[in-house]
Amino acid sequence: MEQRYYQKDIETMPYEQMRALQSERLVKQVKHVWDNVPYYRSLMEKKGITPEDIKGVEDLHKLPFLTKDDLRDQYPYGLLAKDLKDCVRIQSTSGTTGRRVVAFYTQHDIDLWEDCCARAITAVGGTNEDVCHVAYGYGLFTGGPGLNGGSHKVGCLTLPMSSGNTERHIQFMMDLKSTILCCTPSYAAYIGEALKERGYKPEDNSLKAGIFGAEPWTEAMRQDIQKSLGIKAYDIYGLTETSGPGVAFECQEQSGMHICEDHFIAEIIDPDTGEVLPEGSKGELVFTSITKEAFPLLRYRTRDICVLSRKKCSCGRTLIKMSKPMGRSDDMLIIRGVNVFPSQIETVLLKEGYTPNYFIEVDRVNNTDTLDVYVELSPEMFSDTVKEIAKAEKKLADAIRLMLGIAPVVHLVAPKTITRSEGKAVRVKDKRKLHD
Amino acid sequence: MAVKQLSVFVQNEKGALAEVLKTIADVHVEIRALSIADTNDFGILRVITDNNDKASLALAEHHFVSSVTEVVAARVDDAPGGLAKAVDVLQAADINVEYLYAFIGQSKNHACVVLRVNDNKLAEQTLTNAGFELITEEEITNL
Repeated sequence: MEQRYYQKDIETMPYEQMRALQSERLVKQVKHVWDNVPYYRSLMEKKGITPEDIKGVEDLHKLPFLTKDDLRDQYPYGLLAKDLKDCVRIQSTSGTTGRRVVAFYTQHDIDLWEDCCARAITAVGGTNEDVCHVAYGYGLFTGGPGLNGGSHKVGCLTLPMSSGNTERHIQFMMDLKSTILCCTPSYAAYIGEALKERGYKPEDNSLKAGIFGAEPWTEAMRQDIQKSLGIKAYDIYGLTETSGPGVAFECQEQSGMHICEDHFIAEIIDPDTGEVLPEGSKGELVFTSITKEAFPLLRYRTRDICVLSRKKCSCGRTLIKMSKPMGRSDDMLIIRGVNVFPSQIETVLLKEGYTPNYFIEVDRVNNTDTLDVYVELSPEMFSDTVKEIAKAEKKLADAIRLMLGIAPVVHLVAPKTITRSEGKAVRVKDKRKLHD
Repeated sequence: MAVKQLSVFVQNEKGALAEVLKTIADVHVEIRALSIADTNDFGILRVITDNNDKASLALAEHHFVSSVTEVVAARVDDAPGGLAKAVDVLQAADINVEYLYAFIGQSKNHACVVLRVNDNKLAEQTLTNAGFELITEEEITNL
């Protein structure tokens, strides 16, 4: 197949040249952050370094890390590097007030982000003749806005469908002949089933490719989706902290995601020691944004575990590739595309008058993630009717849904029945098979 | 007049009910009447005993959750339509029956029924007016 690129010079840039570009941008970015983000400046001072110590990519390891905790502590403006009057957009992570991350964008930031998404769409064969069906959520979540912008840049006819309302998706998809579907992999699988239930065969739709991300999925799931929709299914990676989807994307090789390293320098570290590991090692992915103006995170720890590879790719892109994330170095769960920390559930329990003894079970049933929360009943909540318990379960489920943005099923259980562990409590059982 | 009933939360797992019953038996409390409500996840065991205080103390020591609720107990004819008539008069008086269960007393001609309603006083009055005989806690204890 003929290879198409959205920004060929960048996407096929020789490594040495890319490294020089990264170095130049990094030096500038460190200065920008030092001058405008007192918090990060203080982290650098604590390590005894100044911008002069960073002369290129080879000095990157000297910079301090940023974690989600830093972002939470500095909410909302602590990591902002531009005046608010220069910012035009806010996006935010799903999840709680406590853990919410708010990211700021200048118009330039939006442009570059949309470029990254345009690269992803072009890499799967998208052109101005395509109908791009964006079924990611629109709003604070980056999925919809990111792919929407990328689709515009490529010149696709963009269907800003947003998530939910499967009936409408099917109608638009069939009537307006969508050719590229963008959504979470589980929703893609769900649409595949819904089409089948309505008697459609895979060849009845006009789809040729799908760009699926925001949650972990396996190779087996890819095969299922490809078969049920009659398409090629591609992975896309990103996080609100760095911009959104498009930080890395798959090409037609379908063997890992090319990182837009002209904007994001990737490192793999040992999650325990913070030591940088050589290419090919499995470890935690760390990103440094070298072009973002408003919210430029340096050495941000993603907590995603993966492997980087600079092996030559048949698509002609020289951009380094990351494997699908193979797990997390923290206890974050991604449920229906939403980031969930067990501690958030704990916060709700305490607020609602329960003990912090709970157990979370996550599963995937018919391609939809399920969240079951088992909580110990307190004697004050018990009367003599099933109705009262069902009411208490519903009240707690509602409170958790408000916190997380996704609805759990709450099961009240007898006191002292949830296993107490010495040391670190095992509170989560993830029964999904998310990693190959 | 109302009768005290002990309700116990029972996890829906093997041996849980047996453990509750054993806990009550171990402190020599006798169960006079009993019913179980069950759902997928749990059950609620409702009992009327000859010593609720002793039973609930023992249950608490074994980490079972229990609560005491006042219910109405009455005699109905041990014949077709006996219970229906009692429920009928309550309904006519606009009293909601949350649940009910029957137990065998010592009289041959009567069955005993425990009613959990939204208004005990009104239910007792309504049943008495309709000619039903209420059962006192003392009576049950001495069954």
